[in-house]
Amino acid sequence: MTEIFGVPMPVLLGQILIGLINGSFYAVLSLGLALIFGLLNIINFAHGALYMLGAFVAYWLLNLLGIPYWGALLLAPLAVGVFGVLLERVLLKPIAGLDHLYGLLLTFGLALILEGVLRDGYGSTGMPYAIPDGLKGGFNLGFMFMPTYRAWVIVASLAVCLGTWLLVEKTPLGARLRAATENPTLVRAFGINVPLMITLTFGFGAALAAFAGVLAAPIYAVNPTMGANLIIVVFAVVVIGGMGSILGAITTGFMLGLIEGLTKVYYPEGSAMVVFVIMAIVLLVKPAGLFGKAS
Amino acid sequence: MPDLLTIRDLHAWYGESHVLHGVTLSVPEGQVVTLLGRNGAGKTSTLRAIMGAGITRKGSVQLGDSELSSLAPHRIPRLGVAWCPEERGIFASLSVAENLALPPVLLAGGMSTEEVLDLFPRLREKAGGQGTKLSGGEQQMLAIGRILRTGARLLLLDEPTEGLAPVIVQQIGQIISVLRERGFTILLVEQNFKFASRLADRHYVVEHGQVVDCVERADLAAGRGRLETYLGV
Repeated sequence: MTEIFGVPMPVLLGQILIGLINGSFYAVLSLGLALIFGLLNIINFAHGALYMLGAFVAYWLLNLLGIPYWGALLLAPLAVGVFGVLLERVLLKPIAGLDHLYGLLLTFGLALILEGVLRDGYGSTGMPYAIPDGLKGGFNLGFMFMPTYRAWVIVASLAVCLGTWLLVEKTPLGARLRAATENPTLVRAFGINVPLMITLTFGFGAALAAFAGVLAAPIYAVNPTMGANLIIVVFAVVVIGGMGSILGAITTGFMLGLIEGLTKVYYPEGSAMVVFVIMAIVLLVKPAGLFGKAS
Repeated sequence: MPDLLTIRDLHAWYGESHVLHGVTLSVPEGQVVTLLGRNGAGKTSTLRAIMGAGITRKGSVQLGDSELSSLAPHRIPRLGVAWCPEERGIFASLSVAENLALPPVLLAGGMSTEEVLDLFPRLREKAGGQGTKLSGGEQQMLAIGRILRTGARLLLLDEPTEGLAPVIVQQIGQIISVLRERGFTILLVEQNFKFASRLADRHYVVEHGQVVDCVERADLAAGRGRLETYLGV
């Protein structure tokens, strides 16, 4: 059997696959965080809770209304997006313009409340969510066995990331978004409704988190703490990629997922902390992040 | 000519700091009117107060029949006024073409992108480049050019000649004359009196957040000495 540095090929590829899956979630979540940070200047600590909420909405849709996975993939981001719009209008807007710390504390508190309420109702062991029929099973790639659902997660995440990147970088709407990130006062003086844009951007970021949550439901089970576990790594990803950089968030997300996977193969003890070691190094060498512009 | 813009007893604040103390002035339709004055006199703040851009204001700002001072900032441009800020406000994350296309067309009768590019041919050559990679003069042209498309009839230009080479200053002057001929009404903030005196139909002098003097073009010969004293030239 082929071995690479003493590790059998299938084991290595298996971990790379897991790394890519984790990377998919990192990328979609840090993408939403980057969008929100860019326009609202808020470090959204509730992002993990919104991801978790996405998975819960999918669970409720299935078990209360009988709406299956594919419907949830559309409806859960929509519902959480609307929830995000309300959050922005009711809670975040009044503290806009204040120090970062206020937004950070507010969203952190919000995350604790959402998690607490759902833990009270559903406990913390997690509830299973079945893989949808069309994506069950797997296929043989010749060198390894590929579960269909996991391939789907990677493809869907890549598509969402690419779509968002194109929207922001290549369309007139994206140009407005970039301009408003730089100088909201002037963009508003051009007659563009920047406050509405800010609200919708937060809603869109929340919807992205919920989308990741629905994708995660069949893999990790639906659990009130699923977001809290993930969000710390995602913040490290955002810091490494550079605050507010869209491309940075996406590439760093996938890259760090891969690095984490490889660390599991070659030095399993270090896999939980490798992301943070990289973060420390990046902060020392390039404090604005790999893709960030020094301000 | 009837007045297009009428400002009465306009007060404005940046946070706690009271910067305008009752500005009163009017801009007749189709004319070029300048605000002259030293640094910190309140010229830029007057333009910002008209647009409601990052400033709290009280008093009356009338554009035609509409009162602007109570409107949300993004509604003001929709009535036909556009602002070219002192710092030019070219967006680094946007290309030249994107910068040019950014301000939405709000009213009929604005210039087409082609007409703007005919007026500023150098922007056409550099359309794909990054906005902030342009020279200072080109950035100024981009900043003026992009608001000509919006359909605004009143242009607020904040020191368009600041920091530019004399030959570019001359070009900007020609552009402003062309815009006047095209029927635009222009409120121009300037520190360069020589530049302003060639263009303007009326000069206001701003000091300590108030309008302290007004000289019409016809009285310029008599008033020149007075204006130069205010400006300390």
